Amino acid sequence: MSTADRDTTPFRPYAPGTQPPNDAPSYRSTGKRHPGAALVALPHTVTERQGPRFDPRRFPPLLDLSTACGGKALGERIIVSGRVTDEDGRAVARTMIEIWQANASGRYDHPGDQHDAPLDPAFHGAGRVFTDDEGWYQFTTIKPGSYPWRNHHNAWRPNHIHYSYFGPGFATRLITQMYFPGDPLLELDPIFLSIPDRTARERLIARFDLETTAPEWALGYRFDVVLRGRGATPMEG
Amino acid sequence: MAAATASQTIGPYWHLLEDKSWADLTRFGAVGERIVVEGRMRDGDDAPVTDACVEIWQTSPEAEDFPGFGRCATDAEGWFRFTTLKPGPVGGNGNALQAPHLALTIFARGIMIGLRSRIYFAGEALNATDPLLCAIEDAERRASLIAEATVPGVWRRDIRLQGGVAGAPETVFLDL
Repeated sequence: MSTADRDTTPFRPYAPGTQPPNDAPSYRSTGKRHPGAALVALPHTVTERQGPRFDPRRFPPLLDLSTACGGKALGERIIVSGRVTDEDGRAVARTMIEIWQANASGRYDHPGDQHDAPLDPAFHGAGRVFTDDEGWYQFTTIKPGSYPWRNHHNAWRPNHIHYSYFGPGFATRLITQMYFPGDPLLELDPIFLSIPDRTARERLIARFDLETTAPEWALGYRFDVVLRGRGATPMEG
Repeated sequence: MAAATASQTIGPYWHLLEDKSWADLTRFGAVGERIVVEGRMRDGDDAPVTDACVEIWQTSPEAEDFPGFGRCATDAEGWFRFTTLKPGPVGGNGNALQAPHLALTIFARGIMIGLRSRIYFAGEALNATDPLLCAIEDAERRASLIAEATVPGVWRRDIRLQGGVAGAPETVFLDL
């Protein structure tokens, strides 16, 4: 942990409509898991303005999910890259990103996933990557399959990759999902649709990127993420 | 400029990320007053929440080899358990001093955007003047943020995602 980069400015509130509510009735699991009382507003203190730092020497990157146990994973190999910035367009440098996903058949290498689709011994589905000084990251994986879930009759999740971001402060922590362009399941998915603002929703859809597509090797997708910026609409303190 | 990217649920399969050693914040050799912080998480039906990801963060103490950050999965009965160092007082806004606390985030299937809370420690004199604790007028609600020592060195704070029929109060969650 270094003390040099500890900016003490609070992070600004989320823009209206850009975040899903925790009470989202069409996503059934929210029913008994959302707070009934109003959240208590907490002006950011040092606890919220600072956040954990991860040193790649202790948290080694895992940049290629497309091979495991000496084998090549089945499915369509893809390269995902993008840039992490804050709301003012500034790079979020050297921040840790965690990634997890289903295999090409739509099955997670997880004991809780009992979907009748094959596991792939050459695919585990977890990775870790750090942004560079300009906020860029890149990793290689295979395109995850869609899979059924029991939210409602004939419910299927669109293809997606799960992401975890830390950013500069405890308040910038973000868990989200990246979707794929042209997926017909998106307009039926209560989790995707829970985000009220259409523009905010559609920013979770990666775009095909010929520039990072590697000839004779893998398709490229671009997924940029924005973490909360500091202080344009200052809160108390 | 673009607004911050939307949150989505962590879902039921986040354990692909899990490294159980992350629940021990002393694993890199940090030295200090070692404590266990544990609790049981329940939903609005009083059912244990068995697939949650609990994360803690503390800026105090500033000890060598102390990451200040930990992650723990709830188990089949809803328990989470961290080993960490007891935090000290932390400067607040203006002239305020904050009582020793851990910051907490809960992610789980059915939670669209991480639920934020704090864990304070019973018996701390500063609890009486802590700005957040003082802002919560209802004593029962305020108590939902305070861990009690069950045996020396072991602190327990249960989490209730939603007030329910069984009577236990809903945990105070924070708007950061």
